[in-house]
Amino acid sequence: MRQQPCNPSHFMKEYFFQDNMGKPMDRVDGRLKVTGGAKYSAEFELPNMSHGVLVGSTITKGRIKSIDTKAAERAPGVLAVLHYQNSPKVPGYVQAAHPTEPKPIGQQHRVFYDEQVYFNDQPIAIVVADTLERARYAARLVKAQYEEEKHATSFPKHQGKAFLPTAAQRNPKHGLNDYVRGKADAYKGENLKIESEYVIPSEMHNPMELQSIIAHWEAPDRLTVYDKTQAVIGSQNAFAREWKIPVENVKVIATFVGGAFGNGLHTWPHETAAIIAAKKVNRPVKLMLTREQMFTMVGYRPFAWQKVGMSATPDGKITAITHEAIGQTSSYEEFTESTLQQTRMMYTSPNVTTRYRILPLDVSTPIWMRGPGEATGAFALESAMDEMAHVLKMDPLEFRLKNHTDRDPERNLPWSTKFLKEAMLMGAEKIGWNKRQLQPGSLRNGDWLVGYGMGVGTFGAHRNRASAKATMFADGRVVIQSATTDIGPGTGTVMVQIAADALGISPDKIIFELGNSLFPPAPSQGGSATVASVGSAVRDACIALKKKLASLTTGNADSGFRNAKYEDLTFQNGQISLTSSPGTKLSYTDVLKQQKLPEIEVTEESRPSNEERQKYSMYSFSVHFAEVQVHQLTGQVKVTKVVTCADAGKIVNKKTAGNQMIGGAVGGIGMALTEGAVIDDRFGRYVTKDFAEYHIPVHADTPDIDVVFVDKPDFINNAMGTKGIGEIAIIGVAPAITNAIFNATGKRINELPVTPDKLI
Amino acid sequence: MSKDHSPDQFLPENEGGQSHSDARRTFLKQSSILTALALTPTAAIKAAELKFEEKVAAVFEKVNITLDINGKKQKLAVEPRTTLLDLLREQLNLTGTKKGCDYGQCGACTVHVDGQRVLSCLTLAAMADGKDITTIEGLANGDKLHPMQEAFIKHDGFQCGYCTPGQIMSAVACIREGHADSDEEIREYMSGNLCRCGAYPNIVNAIKEVKNGGHKV
Repeated sequence: MRQQPCNPSHFMKEYFFQDNMGKPMDRVDGRLKVTGGAKYSAEFELPNMSHGVLVGSTITKGRIKSIDTKAAERAPGVLAVLHYQNSPKVPGYVQAAHPTEPKPIGQQHRVFYDEQVYFNDQPIAIVVADTLERARYAARLVKAQYEEEKHATSFPKHQGKAFLPTAAQRNPKHGLNDYVRGKADAYKGENLKIESEYVIPSEMHNPMELQSIIAHWEAPDRLTVYDKTQAVIGSQNAFAREWKIPVENVKVIATFVGGAFGNGLHTWPHETAAIIAAKKVNRPVKLMLTREQMFTMVGYRPFAWQKVGMSATPDGKITAITHEAIGQTSSYEEFTESTLQQTRMMYTSPNVTTRYRILPLDVSTPIWMRGPGEATGAFALESAMDEMAHVLKMDPLEFRLKNHTDRDPERNLPWSTKFLKEAMLMGAEKIGWNKRQLQPGSLRNGDWLVGYGMGVGTFGAHRNRASAKATMFADGRVVIQSATTDIGPGTGTVMVQIAADALGISPDKIIFELGNSLFPPAPSQGGSATVASVGSAVRDACIALKKKLASLTTGNADSGFRNAKYEDLTFQNGQISLTSSPGTKLSYTDVLKQQKLPEIEVTEESRPSNEERQKYSMYSFSVHFAEVQVHQLTGQVKVTKVVTCADAGKIVNKKTAGNQMIGGAVGGIGMALTEGAVIDDRFGRYVTKDFAEYHIPVHADTPDIDVVFVDKPDFINNAMGTKGIGEIAIIGVAPAITNAIFNATGKRINELPVTPDKLI
Repeated sequence: MSKDHSPDQFLPENEGGQSHSDARRTFLKQSSILTALALTPTAAIKAAELKFEEKVAAVFEKVNITLDINGKKQKLAVEPRTTLLDLLREQLNLTGTKKGCDYGQCGACTVHVDGQRVLSCLTLAAMADGKDITTIEGLANGDKLHPMQEAFIKHDGFQCGYCTPGQIMSAVACIREGHADSDEEIREYMSGNLCRCGAYPNIVNAIKEVKNGGHKV
């Protein structure tokens, strides 16, 4: 592997004394989380609180003829029953769109806007009462009459109606257009080839915390919401636009977020419904969705059909790949994702063709779910790799190593860093890949067939503009604020580690605050970009703080630091010293005390370098290995071991990062074996609507999971050398498991989830 | 909501087709309690405007219970339909106990009732009358964390933290029940507590440490 360029003097300066980055530090908010002290969005106490409960449509498509709310209005404690006929109008409804996402074609669902029904369980009314029990009871008394129209919810039945996304139709340079490198569909003319179709059902994010919001109009034009969101600034902008009030009049608070996995990247109808209700009753309204409603109105990973054709030379060089995908969307919004991206850049094939289409159905709009698009695409691509290796009678690991790319073949650029080969070899050793037999069905353990499989994942190592404010107090405490969120990865913890190293002070002196739109702006917690983006801002703010300390010190005529430059100083253990004469030193707190300053503060914005991003392709990479046992008679599948490996740059905290990798592997087990949202197409309604029917992995489904980090920094991406983890943790896990099932049984199941019935 | 069924159809009805709850309210209105208030007609109209009978009815529709919550005795008047979970979260501001499904499928609402792990979403508050309730807020001994809480922090047995109180309450009970003797047994007896972040292996490690450390749980 070629040595990656980096600028040692640059990072030596700020990181010479680093000792917190890389440590498996306990979470800074761990105590709050284990004592019940962490407050999630529905858990704030406000005076005069009222409770909202949504009523959903019982048809899938058509219009509301009439809505009878009399009984509900008469029920005890009811404050209001609102629907399209009597709801306060949302002034900005015409052009609502979330700023953190590309402008959608079509229209985000407008709650209580008119009598149209676009999907089953669409919110058609909200009942507000003084207690939760009363609101819930009264909501069941609301009755609607409908004029029903014929709906379309079956993907296979309507697959032929899929089309190129409008954004791509309008712009020939749009990334979602068909892609051809070399000759189109070149695999078709080859001898050694495979061709397979793959189906992934809709999958639900299902974070353990139900989507919830407390909406509070503090004045007719001042709105505060405690909201489950991954983007406090994004939501702030969206609500300000909806209500046509100044952005600064909207405050969004998301101190703790009980998981999200993508469904907090969008604002949803229930949020606006609660805000409408709060306006009407002039009291704070708390609204928590039910688990059923989590399936119908807050997004999901869309149903997808894919087809891969691949050809190779007898010695295992890929000659052509064609990858086609159709993703489901709603009738009112075009949701798209980059399902085919990795097929364009992962392997050294001279001929690559990709085609992406979408299929609108009478369902609610999907939203990115962990490893969006790529996790779907990787299931097809990595399964196809396994199938091709089998045709070639070649070890799948050897086949992947043989087609490894040292440059990005799509953009013809060098990688900023890529240590995927290293990750593959480390993981293969850890799982005991040498036990794997080429011939499926060769290994057994009693009645159980044993198999090994692998899958590779990749995701862009994104970094966005972010800002942070750092305040140092005279007692030595430092408070850093940024309007990012923490949906579980441990953002607050790693920011404290980054700041401790950048400032040269102990982590226990640092408090990192997030989840409040009053703080300096930061992007949504999505796309595995938080550490690179917000971490860079935190680091820059800390450096600015040190420069401020330096200027206060060196400007002091009495001090031994007179006329010293920032570059001449060392910042360590809470003290500034002259690098050339370490005996000349002064503590940070003394600097502030001498200047009689109660505090000093700085706010810094940090942006990625566009120039570097034109010169390099930046991706995180992962490879997952699975050992499974399949019962010969019952088809039961046990995942008995997973080794999950990441090339994700410098790992700031192995404990929290390792946990994220484990979580991705668990998510992948669900994707491969148990998860699938099923609609009864006769009614257009989900039959899987809670955890009894939609099976997410439980303790008993989860084996030992070993995490391997290559842990080599990428200083081209950012000064800390990090790349993202959240997405690559799940991308490629599902095919590792299904490939292992093939290796165990000789049965290739290309329609997820692989339930026992498909194996017997 | 079902398209075809009115929820009231599942409630017992009296002869006039009036629902049970309405009938009860009518009875209360006509009962001697109101008569005893000796309202003049004007006052009665005024009382109606203020939903007076509603308020009186509300009092009579409540059940008086006594709960010992985290070592503190509390006399409470609750609606019979109020779950222990909603009582804790919405009325007592003990929000450490989480709502993840309301159907007993996720375990986020696990509390101890008389020392046993119980799903508070499937428990009516009235059913807990006279019992000792321990929630996550009552597990620590003052500032000193329970060994299970310490172990969850050390082994990073959570990410978002939402299922954590339920996992911890369940984990303590799992050891007390004698169901923590092997990884497999822990996994089996903890499978009622879902964690979508997938921190399961770390949770198992935390439970093993407490079990093997010989701590009193």
